[in-house]
Formats: sequence, structure tokens, C-alpha cells
Amino acid sequence: MSEERASARQGEPDRTILSVRNLGISFGMYQKGLKRTFLPVIRSLCLDVRAGEILAVIGSSGSGKSLLAHAILGILPGNAAVSGEIRYRGETLTKRRRERYRGTEIMLIPQSPDYLDPLMRVGKQVVGTHGDKAKLREAFARYGLAPETERMYPFKLSGGMARRVLISTALVGDPKLIIADEPTPGLSAELAKGTFAHFREMADNGVAVLLITHDVDLALGFSDRIAALYAGTTMEIAPTSDFRAGKNALRHPYSKAFIDALPQNGFRPIAGAQPYAGDLPEGCLFAGRCPERTDECAGAAPIRRLRGGEVRCIHAT
Amino acid sequence: MRGTRLAASPGGVMRKIILPAGIAARMFLLLIAVSILSFILITESPIDPLTSYVGAESTLSEAAKDEIAAHWGLNDPAPERYLKWAGNLLRGDFGVSITYKRPVIDIIRERFSYSVVLMMIAWALSGVLGFAMGICAGLRRGGVFDKAVKTFCLVLQSAPTFWLGLLALSFFSVTLGWFPIGMAAPIGKPAVDVTFADRAYHLILPVLTLTVASIGKITLYTRQKLIEMMDGNFILFARARGETTGQLTRRHLIRNIALPAVTVQFASFSELFGGMALAETVFSYPGIGTATTAAALNGDVPLLLGIALFSALFVFAGNLIANILYGVLDPGLKAGGDYV
Ligand SMILES: Nc1ncnc2c1ncn2[C@@H]1O[C@H](COP(=O)(O)OP(=O)(O)O)[C@@H](O)[C@H]1O
Ligand SMILES: [Mg+2]
Repeated sequence: MSEERASARQGEPDRTILSVRNLGISFGMYQKGLKRTFLPVIRSLCLDVRAGEILAVIGSSGSGKSLLAHAILGILPGNAAVSGEIRYRGETLTKRRRERYRGTEIMLIPQSPDYLDPLMRVGKQVVGTHGDKAKLREAFARYGLAPETERMYPFKLSGGMARRVLISTALVGDPKLIIADEPTPGLSAELAKGTFAHFREMADNGVAVLLITHDVDLALGFSDRIAALYAGTTMEIAPTSDFRAGKNALRHPYSKAFIDALPQNGFRPIAGAQPYAGDLPEGCLFAGRCPERTDECAGAAPIRRLRGGEVRCIHAT
Repeated sequence: MRGTRLAASPGGVMRKIILPAGIAARMFLLLIAVSILSFILITESPIDPLTSYVGAESTLSEAAKDEIAAHWGLNDPAPERYLKWAGNLLRGDFGVSITYKRPVIDIIRERFSYSVVLMMIAWALSGVLGFAMGICAGLRRGGVFDKAVKTFCLVLQSAPTFWLGLLALSFFSVTLGWFPIGMAAPIGKPAVDVTFADRAYHLILPVLTLTVASIGKITLYTRQKLIEMMDGNFILFARARGETTGQLTRRHLIRNIALPAVTVQFASFSELFGGMALAETVFSYPGIGTATTAAALNGDVPLLLGIALFSALFVFAGNLIANILYGVLDPGLKAGGDYV
């Protein structure tokens, strides 16, 4: 099925819904006295999502996945400075456009149940200000939530129910772009798979899905492309088939090591630790842990196209 | 997060069972402590109740004075006098006021009815206005309105109530002549002829003073809470779902801040009480505050003790309500289920 979609994409080059170019996020901090310094946590992050595809975003925690999602929706904290460009359907996503599309076309599925208002009944909350009651019922039925759930307050929900409620919030409108931030922890394997299958179904109907996930197996099974994030930037973006094929089909030492570290590949962990967000090295951010490091890695590592994917490594072939 | 909630709920259940007995015991201890403390303070004060009763110029013979003192038990040792008073109290007898020469309980009932009106109006008014001001200021943090409100509240919090009262009195009553100088009704008008309008008219300035004096805390609290909440996850998510600032305020912020704000407002009963006593004195308003002043100046032990007990009960009730509301806010108690 993914072959078909890939060729359909090539036939229509302008199916890009979301395009993130050189995104940078830094946090203003007050250090010693009143001197304000900016800690960069995301740097030159690039990716795009097309209509009809699922782009899975993987990466260890702290790599900036949630910040990416929040930057797209414009809900970063007040002390965050953003650079770069985010385009939605070919237009720069300005404050005004964001306000127009949030909750109607662009839907966020947040990372944890404490994104629900503790004092508002679930049903009212899921419908929100733009949602549709009938679609809420449909979503609840699909995700096995009883109609009584609508009348509950969030504290009454079990962890798994809260997850399904969060997912339902993206289904009450007419989404063109879904940004899901780790939507499946706490769900049974069956429900998690069902959720991914549902995203697949929506993508097949033309929705663009940016799916941040730790569940690499499901990502391998249901996504079209995978973006590997490390220390706040995209290291490699490649067709999922390359990730499925194994490390030799991949381009970046980080994504190769990531695949090696999966349980089915023997759990070989990457030595060392991700550099601390406020203390990012010059040059390649992975160089400190990279088995193929050379002196040139201290220089700039721009992202470049390679074998139908994109990679940020000067040695990649 | 689930885990901590579940872990918290057995504690919540325990607390619910222990609550009534614990409250009664605490209240009882509080009343004993307050009465002993007040008793010591009054009996140690230099004011001689006998002199204030018969008057400094009295021509009464020493023998007659001794008789009165013996009748009141003034010559008995202090612990004995306290126990006697406490014993009478347990039978429901608060004693007779030296100042007003009437049963203490009658005076308290009458004076409290005046004070409660004053306090409750000021309490509700400062609560509602302070909450609204806090929300508006917090929503426009750093703006002109916010800065003005902040300055206003900080100044008010350090301004003594009696000074505010004097200011209001000299400006509105003396300079402008809009309001009466004091009292709860026109001077010289027979009590039966006093209308609701008279009472209301006389209440305006004291209420205004007390409201302004107690509005600072709730305003600043609401503002702070709103600012904290604006960065909270559920507000971010609501924003990410297309809610405007107005919708956020109406749907989430007001609701989530109201309960802690009401709690804070209940917890400030003691400050309100203190402010009321001062405001009443400035406006010669015949409430519990002026009765306290009169009783203290006359060494009126039974009345002062009675007032101390009722005031303590009043403040205790405020704190109790605040505590119960905190309990309602506690997610552990909530998970227990009964409150929402
Ligand atoms: N408000 C903030 N202030 C400072 N640093 C932050 C803030 N939010 C996130 N970060 C940092 O940014 C990095 C990426 O965070 P996040 O996007 O939440 O990671 P994840 O990939 O696990 O979702 C982390 O190192 C985190 O410490
Ligand atoms: Mg995250």
C-alpha cells in the first residue's frame, strides 16, 4: 500500500501541508543577577508533512518533540524565542492564521491527561468551542468510551480512558493536520494498534498526520516516513521502508544506532548521553557519541538530500 | 500521576471520618484558650470595674462598694472567678454586662446583628470586586490597568483601616456632606421609626471603608493565581484548540480560580473582623466593635469574655469553611468521590 501512496505523492508535488524550515527555539533565562541569556534547545529543525501521509517523529526524551508540536500550535511559554519558518498549506503560519486554524483544521493531541481542565466535564471539554457533538459521540463509540464518560470529570477517568479522551479531542472537527504527541502510552497493545490504524485511515482520506511516538514498532508498521530527532534537530528523515529494512538502508549513524537499540535487534544501547539542551556543541550534535566521527565533524553539518531521504551528516552515503 | 491520586484517597477517607470529632475538640480547646487569655488580660489591666461602674465621683460608702464587689465576686482569687464564670457559661448564663447593665447574651445578639450585616456586605463586595479586578489585571499583565491595580492593592494593604475610615469620613461626610457622620440610624429618631433606607444610608460609608480595606488580598491573590494558571497545561491545550482569551476566561479560568479564591476569602475572616472593629469605632457604628471598645474601657469582664468567645467562633467558622474548601480542591479527596 505504501508504494501506491508514494507514487501518488510524486504525481502531485504540492501536497505539502506543513513545512518546518530551520526552526529554532531558545529559552530566555536569568543567570547570575539580571543578565538574560538564551538557551537554545531546538536548532535548525526541518521537516514537512504531506496530505495523506503519516510522518512519525521518533527520538529519545528531551530531543524536542513536544516543543516542536507546541511551536506549530503557538503555545510555547512566554520566555521562548522562536526563529525559522513554519508554513501551513503554503502560507507562513502567522499568529492570525494560527488562531484561525487551531481547533478547526490543525488538531493537537497532547502528551498527558493533565492537559484536560479538571473542573470541566469531559463531553463539554472534548467538544470545545469548535467541535461537533455528533462527532464526539462517534469518536467515543469508536474508542470504546461509554456515553456516560461525557458527564464525568477528568479525575474519574482511568489512564487509558484519559488517553482515548485526548485522542477524541482531535476528532470533533474536520482536521487537515493532526499533531499527536505520544498518544498511546497507557493504552493496551490492541488499542494502541487500533489508534495507529485509525490515523492510517484518516491519512488515507487525505489528512496529514505528524505522529510523535516512542512506539517504534507501530511507527514502522503504519507510517510513511520517519524523522529521527536528536538534541533538538532532525538527524534523518527517510521512508519508513528504509527503517524497516534495517540499519544498512539508513543514512545517519544516529538512526542506525537507534534501530540497533531496539529490543528485536538486541538492545544495543548507544554509549554516552544526549548533549544537554543548554550546552549544545558546535558542529554535529551527535559527534560526541558517533563511532564514525572525524575531525571534520566539528564543522557545520547541514541537512541534505540523499537517496530519497534527508540526512544531517557529512559522511553519510 | 494516577498512582499518587490513588495513594492519596485512603488518607482522604480517613480525614473524612476524623473530621467532625477533631473539629469539635479543636473548637473546644480554642474557646478555652481564648477565654483564659482574655480573662487574664482583663483582670490584669489597670481598669477597676467597680470604679467604672459606680463612677469616679461616686459618693457611695466604702461598705456599699464592698458589698457590690462581693456580689460580683471581685474579691475572690482569679482562678476561682474564672471557674465560676465558666460554670455559669456551661448552664448558658453569660452573665450581666457592667457597661450596659443588661445580660451579655442580649447585647451580643443585638450588636452582632449590626456587625454581621456590615461584615457580610463588605465581605461579599470585596470578594466579588476583588476577584473581578484580579482577573482583569492578570489577563493584561504588565498593562496600565494591571500596574494601577497592583499599586492600589499594595498601598491599601499597608494602610490602616481606621485611617481609611477617617479619610472616607472627612471627605464624603464632612467635605461633601453626602453621608452621615456615623451611627446606624439618624440620631434622635425613635428605634421603631428607623426605616430600611435609614439603615442602608448609614451603612454605606462603613461598608465602603471595610470593603476597600479588605479588597487588596483577594485581588492580588486572584491575579497571581490567574498568571500561574495561564501557563498551565490545560489552558495551553484549550488555546491550541482555538479558544480565544475571552473563552478561556469564561470556560476555564474563572471556574478554576473561583474556588481557591473563595477559600482565601473565608480564611481572611479574622482580618475582616479586626478591620470591622476599627471601622465601627471610626463611624460610631453600634456593632460588636464599638461594644468591645466600651467593654474594655470599663473593665467589663463578662461582656468582653462573651465577645471574645463569639468572635473566636466566628473566625473559627471562617477558617473551617476555608479548610473544607481546600479539602474539596484536594484531588485525593476528590477521587474519594463525594464532593463534586
Ligand atoms: N519551558 C522550558 N524552559 C526551558 N527548557 C525547556 C522548557 N521546555 C522544554 N525545555 C527543554 O527542551 C528540551 C526538549 O523538551 P521536549 O520538547 O519536552 O522533549 P520531548 O522530546 O521529550 O518531548 C528538554 O531538554 C527540555 O528540558
Ligand atoms: Mg514530549
